[in-house]
Amino acid sequence: MPLLQLKDLNVRFDTPEGEVRAVTNMSFTIDAGESLAIVGESGSGKTQTMLAVMGLLADNGRASGEALFKGRDLLRMSAPELNRHRGSEIAMIFQDSMTSLNPYLRVEKQMTEVLAQHRGLGRAEARAHAVEMLAAVRIPDPERRIRQYPHEYSGGMRQRVMVAMALLCRPDLLIADEPTTALDVTVQAQISQLMRELRAASNTAIVLITHDLGVVAGLCERVMVLYAGEVVECGGVDDIYDRPRHPYTRGLLESVPRLDQPEETSLRAIPGDPPNLLALPGGCRFRQRCPHASDACTETPPLRAGGGGHRWRCFLEDGA
Amino acid sequence: MTTNADRPGTGAAAVPGADGVRGRSPRQDAWRRLRRNRAAVVSAGVMGVIVLLVLFGPMLIAWDPDYTDWAHTAAPPSLASGHWLGTDAVGRDILVRTLEGGRISLLVGLVATLVSLLIGVGYGAVAGYFGGLTDRLMMRAVDIIYALPFMFFVILLMVVFGRNILLIFAAIGAVNWLDMSRIVRGQTLGLKNAEFIEAARACGVGPWGIIRRHIVPNLLGVVVVYMTLTIPQVILIESFLSFLGLGVQEPMSSWGALVSDGAQDMETTPWTLIVPAVMLTVTLYCFNYLGDGLRDALDPKDRA
Amino acid sequence: MSGAVLSVRDLEVRFTFRDGGVFSPGARTLAAVSGISFDLGAGEALGIVGETGCGKSTLARAILGLVEPSGGQVLWLGENLVGMDSGALRRKREELQIIFQDPLAALDPRMTVRDIIAEPLRAFYPKMPSPEVDDRVRGMMRTVGLLPDQINRYPHEFSGGQCQRIGIARALVLNPRLVICDEPVSALDVSIQAQIIGLLKDLQRELNLSLLFIAHDLAVVRHISDRVMVMYLGRAMEIAGRGNLYRRPLHPYTSALIKAVPVPDPKLARQVRDTGLTGDMPSVLNPPAGCVFHDRCPYRVGRCEAEAPVLRRLENGDQVACHRAEELDLTIGKPSHLS
Repeated sequence: MPLLQLKDLNVRFDTPEGEVRAVTNMSFTIDAGESLAIVGESGSGKTQTMLAVMGLLADNGRASGEALFKGRDLLRMSAPELNRHRGSEIAMIFQDSMTSLNPYLRVEKQMTEVLAQHRGLGRAEARAHAVEMLAAVRIPDPERRIRQYPHEYSGGMRQRVMVAMALLCRPDLLIADEPTTALDVTVQAQISQLMRELRAASNTAIVLITHDLGVVAGLCERVMVLYAGEVVECGGVDDIYDRPRHPYTRGLLESVPRLDQPEETSLRAIPGDPPNLLALPGGCRFRQRCPHASDACTETPPLRAGGGGHRWRCFLEDGA
Repeated sequence: MTTNADRPGTGAAAVPGADGVRGRSPRQDAWRRLRRNRAAVVSAGVMGVIVLLVLFGPMLIAWDPDYTDWAHTAAPPSLASGHWLGTDAVGRDILVRTLEGGRISLLVGLVATLVSLLIGVGYGAVAGYFGGLTDRLMMRAVDIIYALPFMFFVILLMVVFGRNILLIFAAIGAVNWLDMSRIVRGQTLGLKNAEFIEAARACGVGPWGIIRRHIVPNLLGVVVVYMTLTIPQVILIESFLSFLGLGVQEPMSSWGALVSDGAQDMETTPWTLIVPAVMLTVTLYCFNYLGDGLRDALDPKDRA
Repeated sequence: MSGAVLSVRDLEVRFTFRDGGVFSPGARTLAAVSGISFDLGAGEALGIVGETGCGKSTLARAILGLVEPSGGQVLWLGENLVGMDSGALRRKREELQIIFQDPLAALDPRMTVRDIIAEPLRAFYPKMPSPEVDDRVRGMMRTVGLLPDQINRYPHEFSGGQCQRIGIARALVLNPRLVICDEPVSALDVSIQAQIIGLLKDLQRELNLSLLFIAHDLAVVRHISDRVMVMYLGRAMEIAGRGNLYRRPLHPYTSALIKAVPVPDPKLARQVRDTGLTGDMPSVLNPPAGCVFHDRCPYRVGRCEAEAPVLRRLENGDQVACHRAEELDLTIGKPSHLS
């Protein structure tokens, strides 16, 4: 049984300007121990998808469809039931560690709270676990550090604390929403390395939400590319990077400046602007920015498959 | 770190070039949000009715405010007598007196608030933007004036110069601008670090230009909200002065004076108290709801 | 360097603030920028890279006079901007412009696009007739890729990329000679970044602008710069030509930065590249003694802690602040060893 299975997930928001369809008919599975990257830009719906799974949508958001975690539908769970899963079996870490941590509580309190809540550990035992976890994420001098407040940590260290907190209950699934975006590049490298090591050491499945194609390449086995709330391409990381089939994926890869290419290589930008979720075009949502668009694209593009689970939606026979 | 990161509804502008050229200003957005706030809309409606009554009512009613109807002194409200809301001890029609009094009360509220706005906004914006010694001196002056006992000061003025309505405007306005200046200064302190202010400096705009074109327009939201909360305050102050016998002079009347008079005859002619009191209270409620509604409408974080 | 339009010499920006309580007053000094010197030629693009706390944004503002420098000189076409009286400095703004990081925050939400782009024109040429102002604004909009009929819209109606174009239009409307770009693409989507970078490059070439391009993303900087300056804790570690810097950096910090950049290629990414850095970035309030980088440097020796290296010029014209620059061979891709 897959660990997480999404079936036709739709996420809609009621706004004064109209209904925003953030996620449309999204379906995918994650198996135990897998690492999946969800790649997209503004309006792609990548964060809203996982927020819906975690039950963390804003008040004006509605999710429909199914989100089966170990066979049980998260979307239909009551709040107390969902709380039992959140934090213990499914954990999420966010982009901005400063606002994710309570600035008024010592780190120790915040970590032991999680353990007391989900695993019913006593204070001393919980503290020991927490210190162990801080050491595992390479916080120097964890015994002393754990007594400090979040603002006494640097940005990179706070993010490590977030990772440690998320892993305290040994979750089956870790969702990381842009965990390195707000960090300096050298710190990013450290956190990426840390996540690689943690993955090797445990069987936690990771869903990495990001727009940074570089970070994905080093961390994930499978990649799912989203545009305007839909999956446009998914497959193994090598397939996606070496043989991108969807024009958007290809456009993304070509527009990212890379150090491994000669400096004279010019960037090919994707023309146009991010999608307006209030007024989505019919048919292929990328067609207004696609260099290969044709009249056929006003219809829903067919699903195509390459080898090894590589799939994409496009009218072009052979990919871009 | 993306500015439009996954916030539903934001992102691209309307399809480029499609619909007209008119933009949708933040003011228009706020206006739309305000219209959806039922309490605020109802309050605005009621206020509108009150203003119309106060302005045109006395002209339409048969009685003059100072006409003493000896046939119906201290008469309770009745349709038969023609005095729908009764008369006071000397036979003056309560309804028309209340409406006339409303003119004075609302006028005081409006004018004094405008005075405090004109002085306070400029003062606070300058103090906040220039900062440093200028700010400290200017705000210390405010603190000192604040410390002066207001009532004492007003009473002194009244005693020396007599009960002149213009003096009342001046006295109240002279105190209220202090609050406004503090609020505006606070807002300015926050605004002046905004990136678009820095951008304006980089474009070569001088400090006065920045205050005029960037700081003040971006403050107006807060100022408007504060104004709707100040007007009731001012009306109350005037009422209080009238209660003390220091307000507007006869034959002019205000709600406060009417309440004061009515309170004296509360046991025998309760309507002389109830009618102006109700008008006063309803007006205050309306301004407060409107102020609340404006604050919610102008708060950018309230975007759903 | 002859022909330099901008020469910065030993620029310092220090912030002091009071520390301690009422009874034990103390002052702490934060040296945001220390001793920065460089030249910029006409039509040249200098990239400035560094991580948080390196002082690159403060440097940008100090050059423009938006923040007051505590020492040093900023020579623009021979005139020193430091200490210039505010009126004269304001007039220089016509030639020196800036583009900001957060595209939406840099625009007054209550002004239309027309007013925003016209503001510099109105500030310097208040008597310019409205039709002419409008013409120039529309012309600018076309130049940066915006549709002129959007001229009455408000910033919040545009996407991030479009807002940045408005910011660029505003910066260029006075035909400046130097434009400082403070992280102009960091807040934008990846696909839009490429558009804006392309736009800036084209404009730079067409208008022969001198550009100071500040970013934390080394790959982006490489695309647009002729030379690159690497900053760390307010100091310059290296200033080198683009080709040299990325192939064979001279400073260990530069080498670590380059190695830390994640490459969007799974095969390359799987080879773990150790940056060699130890520890975390020290606090700007309390920089290490000697070479500010020494406590994290994999190549440090005793001298590094005792003596701060001076930015010195090597034979090929590149500059580096490292005692061991001649000994180390930090060519990217080679296992580092002493040459």
